[in-house]
Amino acid sequence: MPLFDSLYNFAHWLTQNRDEAEDLVQETYAKALKGFGSFQPGTNFRAWIFRILRNTFLTSRTGLAATKTVPLESEDEPEQTVAVSRATPESILLGQADQQQVQAALEQVPVIYREVLLLCDVEEMSYQEIADTLAVPIGTVMSRLYRARKALRAALQEQGKMRETKHG
Amino acid sequence: MADDRWQPKLDQYLDSELSAEEMRGMDAHLRECASCSGDALRRMQLKRATRLAGQRYAPSAEFRRRIERKVAAKSPARRWLWIPALAMAAVVLLAATITVGRWYERSRSEQLLAELADLHVADLASPTPVDVVSSDRHTVKPWFQGKLPFTFDLPELPGTGYTLVGGRVAYLEHEPGAHLLYDAGAHHISVFIFRDRPEIERVFPARDSTRRVLSFHVESWAAGGLRYFVFGDASPEAIQGLSRLLKQAGT
Repeated sequence: MPLFDSLYNFAHWLTQNRDEAEDLVQETYAKALKGFGSFQPGTNFRAWIFRILRNTFLTSRTGLAATKTVPLESEDEPEQTVAVSRATPESILLGQADQQQVQAALEQVPVIYREVLLLCDVEEMSYQEIADTLAVPIGTVMSRLYRARKALRAALQEQGKMRETKHG
Repeated sequence: MADDRWQPKLDQYLDSELSAEEMRGMDAHLRECASCSGDALRRMQLKRATRLAGQRYAPSAEFRRRIERKVAAKSPARRWLWIPALAMAAVVLLAATITVGRWYERSRSEQLLAELADLHVADLASPTPVDVVSSDRHTVKPWFQGKLPFTFDLPELPGTGYTLVGGRVAYLEHEPGAHLLYDAGAHHISVFIFRDRPEIERVFPARDSTRRVLSFHVESWAAGGLRYFVFGDASPEAIQGLSRLLKQAGT
């Protein structure tokens, strides 16, 4: 089953729970087979099936709870980008390539940002594919990605500070 | 000081979302602007760390079997309704499998190249880019003995336009290898030598070719069970020239 591993990984990151991730993937395949008629040949199959999974998640109890707590900023307004400064705690952390700490930081990022990071950096979807999956304009994908990376850096910085406090 | 025109586009550049013309413009800008190239490196590190950290969860074999059974086991009375849909799904899924397979290989290749780019740039930014400093291959090569699980040969360089700067041990996906640094005019070229593995062979087929990665050129080949990468911002001709010398030394 193609995309099975990717869908499961994405589902587990969204739900943060193995049983719920399995239920989500199972329901996704059931809906995909049932609604295969709505898939238009020639359009992006990957975006289509990821969209089913994501929509199923959003209507689940965990999904509703997770998205309810996210402050929605005015996403269509482009943010002023700033340079990623030299030798910040998170760049030091990244230099040490501690995968567990990046995973912990990803867990802390709100789900609406986590999903866009996963689709872009793990699934390596184009902005257009992400826009199709999330059913939002490309401009929203870009601003959401910008905020997601900022949130991830902040989470890594927080971990860096905590580590410094712990060790010193 | 970061450049106001290019700096806001760095994420789009690293996500391969700029037009071909803008990609070329950014390549040229990064070669000249230390601030933006440092910023790009830090963003690339975050992107790569996210990719590695994000590939975290794998479905259990039991769950996979369960889903396969559920997909296959439809009630006999309704099975005929599924035949056209399943046939169509099979065609699309086959196409998706091929696409995903190719995408995975491309992704693996990009991941390896991104790691090499990190090693190259981090090395140059380091106050001690090499641990053994010598232009003499008879000094540099023995230095690696006992540090690596393999040996390799290095070429004679006088009159070739290349100068050996030195070397250090590097790690690619937790595998130790040699990282040699050469000067070619105003450019630095990294040569990486690792034991060849089937998974690297799959994403870097044996044919000789010089690829472009961000603003770098890279040539890779396998010989005698070893995998070579010649990597740097020098011209493709300079990369190919050093590659030729290394291939001759290895035969």
